[in-house]
Amino acid sequence: MNAEKEPLFSSKNMKLLTEPLNDSNPITVQVLGICSALAVTVKLKPAFVMALSVMVVMAVSNVVISLLRKTVPPRIRIIVQLVVIAAMVILVDQVLKAFVFDISKQLSVFVGLIITNCIIMGRLEAFALSNKPWQSFLDGIGNATGYGVILLIVAFFRELLGSGTVWGYKVIPESVYDFGYENNGLMILPPMALIVVGAIIWVQRAKNKKLVESN
Amino acid sequence: MENLVNIFVKSVFIDNMIFAYFLGMCSYLAVSKTVKTSTGLGIAVIFVLGITVPVDYLIENHLLKEGALVWISESFIDVDLSFLSFIIFIAIIASMVQLVEMIIEKFSPALYSSLGIFLPLIAVNCAILGGSLFMQERAYNNIAEATAFGLGSGVGWFLAIVGIAAIREKIRYSNVPDPLKGLGITFIITGLMGIAFMGFMGIKL
Repeated sequence: MNAEKEPLFSSKNMKLLTEPLNDSNPITVQVLGICSALAVTVKLKPAFVMALSVMVVMAVSNVVISLLRKTVPPRIRIIVQLVVIAAMVILVDQVLKAFVFDISKQLSVFVGLIITNCIIMGRLEAFALSNKPWQSFLDGIGNATGYGVILLIVAFFRELLGSGTVWGYKVIPESVYDFGYENNGLMILPPMALIVVGAIIWVQRAKNKKLVESN
Repeated sequence: MENLVNIFVKSVFIDNMIFAYFLGMCSYLAVSKTVKTSTGLGIAVIFVLGITVPVDYLIENHLLKEGALVWISESFIDVDLSFLSFIIFIAIIASMVQLVEMIIEKFSPALYSSLGIFLPLIAVNCAILGGSLFMQERAYNNIAEATAFGLGSGVGWFLAIVGIAAIREKIRYSNVPDPLKGLGITFIITGLMGIAFMGFMGIKL
């Protein structure tokens, strides 16, 4: 392939960036990375930080693995991938602890769990091992964005309905509470995250018929 | 002893890996199509969690924690290696999974052939790493408590995956709306099971 002549944002490259947002969304279609996605979505702010951390880890490790793809023997590739990811996650964890300590406390073990987040391993295996660094970088950013978008949607609804705030600001006026409106405490509890994701999948598949499963 | 039972019950029902922390969701969703395979995976997870959590507990307390290296020399009292815990834990888990696989193959070929393909998968199951990280965060007092926590989490995960697999086997004959088929309905059922499990909250033995 003639990479020198190909523009950086050719239509093929743009597709790498936009496809994970809908048709091959990591959470709702590829079913990757659910573990950490649901636990951090009680409030928007930690969800945003989590999405950002995943994006950094994913873009960098995708590029690194893509650069190494010709030198790493296939038999030890999993351990190499784990080391690259773990090193990146340690960096991100230390940065979060230094600059946004209270959010890092809220995320607790879930930053560490980015290591075993199947979305990262999955993309490394499926894409970075067989593609050039720039494409892998775009693929990483695209998939992390698709992941982040779902995270933010879930967090938005859970925060709005569960605590009546968005990004920590009150949006439901006092007068509504005076009429007898109550925050839905159920939304803050873990099981509701699953049901919200289920609803998102329902809406997405109702719009996008080709994603419907046969069974 | 009471304390141990308490930790065990708490990690099975209240702090359930799936319903309270969503750990191990990926394999939980992918493998829960039939009861038979999910029983195999569930047993393998109990096995590996029951071994890796105590081993990581020893590593954490005798190598990584601040001041944990005093047993080598007094001059190491200020050394704090806990930033290395992620990479060490994942290495321990990967090698433990390999070891467990070899041991089972040697001593119980029947169990090995029923678990076979699931064992390697477990190395990247977030429930395992999550177990070790929660153990680190909650700072259990001794290795017995850590083991009780590890086994309890494993049993909780086992219950969850076998339960959902049984429901999914039945739901195949129901009239689920098309866009909700497969993944969507599984999410919603898991959510409902989670709400049911919350009824255990506050239990103390």
